[in-house]
Amino acid sequence: MTPSRPSPAVGLSLLGFLATLALGLAILFGAPRTLDTFGLVQCTGFAALAMFGLSQGFVWGFAGVMSFGQAAFLGLGGYAYAVSVINLGDSTLPVLIAIVVPMLFAGLLGYFMFYGRISDAYIGVITLTVSVILFQLVNATSGSQYRIGAAELGGFNGIPAIPALNLPGHPDEPLDNDGLWYAAMGALVLAYVLLRAVLASRFGRVVVAIRENETRAQLIGYDPRLYKLLAFMIAAGVAGLAGCLYANWGGFISPTVFGLSMSAQVIIYVLVGGLGTLVGPMLGAVLIQWLIIAAGSQTVVDSNLGLGLVLVGFVLLVPQGLVPVVRGLLLRLIERRTPSRPAPEAGGALATERAR
Amino acid sequence: MSAPITPGAPLRPLIEARGVTMRFGGVAAVAGVDFTLGEVELRCLIGPNGAGKSTFFKILTGQLKPTEGTIRLRDTDITGAEPHAIARLGVGIKTQVPNVFNGLSVHENVFVAAGRRKSLARTRAIVDETLTRLGLTGIARSLVGQLAHGQRQWVEIATVLAQEPELILLDEPAAGMTHDEVHRTAALIREINRTHALIVVEHDMPFIRMIAKTVTVFNQGRILVEDSVDRVLADSRVRDVYLGKQAA
Repeated sequence: MTPSRPSPAVGLSLLGFLATLALGLAILFGAPRTLDTFGLVQCTGFAALAMFGLSQGFVWGFAGVMSFGQAAFLGLGGYAYAVSVINLGDSTLPVLIAIVVPMLFAGLLGYFMFYGRISDAYIGVITLTVSVILFQLVNATSGSQYRIGAAELGGFNGIPAIPALNLPGHPDEPLDNDGLWYAAMGALVLAYVLLRAVLASRFGRVVVAIRENETRAQLIGYDPRLYKLLAFMIAAGVAGLAGCLYANWGGFISPTVFGLSMSAQVIIYVLVGGLGTLVGPMLGAVLIQWLIIAAGSQTVVDSNLGLGLVLVGFVLLVPQGLVPVVRGLLLRLIERRTPSRPAPEAGGALATERAR
Repeated sequence: MSAPITPGAPLRPLIEARGVTMRFGGVAAVAGVDFTLGEVELRCLIGPNGAGKSTFFKILTGQLKPTEGTIRLRDTDITGAEPHAIARLGVGIKTQVPNVFNGLSVHENVFVAAGRRKSLARTRAIVDETLTRLGLTGIARSLVGQLAHGQRQWVEIATVLAQEPELILLDEPAAGMTHDEVHRTAALIREINRTHALIVVEHDMPFIRMIAKTVTVFNQGRILVEDSVDRVLADSRVRDVYLGKQAA
């Protein structure tokens, strides 16, 4: 390797990963011991939406694909789980179906977008439109004639009483609240670690390089279309799993998961938490959801107005998002503590390593 | 026809363009160009702005698909092939406006270029060698977006070398460089040319004199003249097109 000293940012980034992992595990095992049932159920919902944020953060922040209709994959995952678990009973296969169906759909959609050389802005428009089309489509499935096997799609009313996850091979023993928490939070930690691994791999480095300069990547011999397609599919799989957890959380799913507000919400998670990080969108999800609940439980200002003000404030005051700002402060602190050294190049960290 | 002029050039050309034409609407940026380059040959392309040099480079690398004509790289017809496919066949290009990964470090830029379909050990060896060769080791961890223009040019040349191409296209490699950097670039090009074929587009005549053996002059999308560097630079027609004397 190049005999250059490791930049503190690289060490900090590894430290950040380990800290995030430790925090994730601490929350995973600590929450059931400290929270009451209501709090734990609420946190299970947060975990599902944090996973959704993770998916958006990966595809937008690292692959540079402006997928503004990520709710399409959340919804597909949720519906795929609901339909298959009602038909199959045991939840093991339905979880896989909830991941694979959105991935395949993303593969098909992505193939036409990326290989059709659709420009970035139009990818945003197309993905958003597709999610709205799916919303309308599922919305129009009222009546008993719209059924897949034993599962009635139910139109606007959605699918109620979705069987919860169970341990593989024991469909009669659905997980209780604690079990669902462990499943959701465990899956979130796992998805985070997997995405970190993807970004640290050579595939991930090329994905980030393509985000930086597609022409150069092409002139080196990489096919950007393929890399973007694969990244898009990975993100869709993560969103699908989030949809599965979301359906489990309420035991219910309706077309609103495909809705515009879902797609918008997840973009806000990423903006608040920090574009170009993995941990930011997860934190953003929890923060925004918590704010939504807090805003709903007070009567001083209209809750939507209050939330809107908070978001405007964020975009104006912390446009990079929370995590990059905090990291910048930490780096500056370290610099100040080591004055004998030449100023470390903060940006010198491997970009793929910056994903905390 | 433009047969290889270099004495002792091999019979089979490395790259051979026949009747290449690129029209944008009614304008022919490149009009019926025949161009041949031998193995391990160094060729300079000169010509006034808008003569079609960069367009020709874009056609060679697949960034543009020619309206007419064919391009062969050894035995392969690469006319209209995708840029990544042409790159995999061994064509590397430093573009006129630097195309680098601004958000990545110098090291990462070179690593991504070196690493396609190679083992990690081999990739690291190439990265080390390239960084040392271009004197970039000291700034290996710096973000490319924060470097000066000349340094970014070198980073781009490093990525091109790291992908181990057989034919290297350099579009204005000396632009924006200091006098000292220009000399280093010329030395580097001569060194690369010991093992690789190069086509260099430049406007800087002293620089051309430092490196060139054969020069091809483009004017208004066509090849005006192709000869040894001394004869080309003494050619009155070449002076005329540079000074804009030639009637349209």
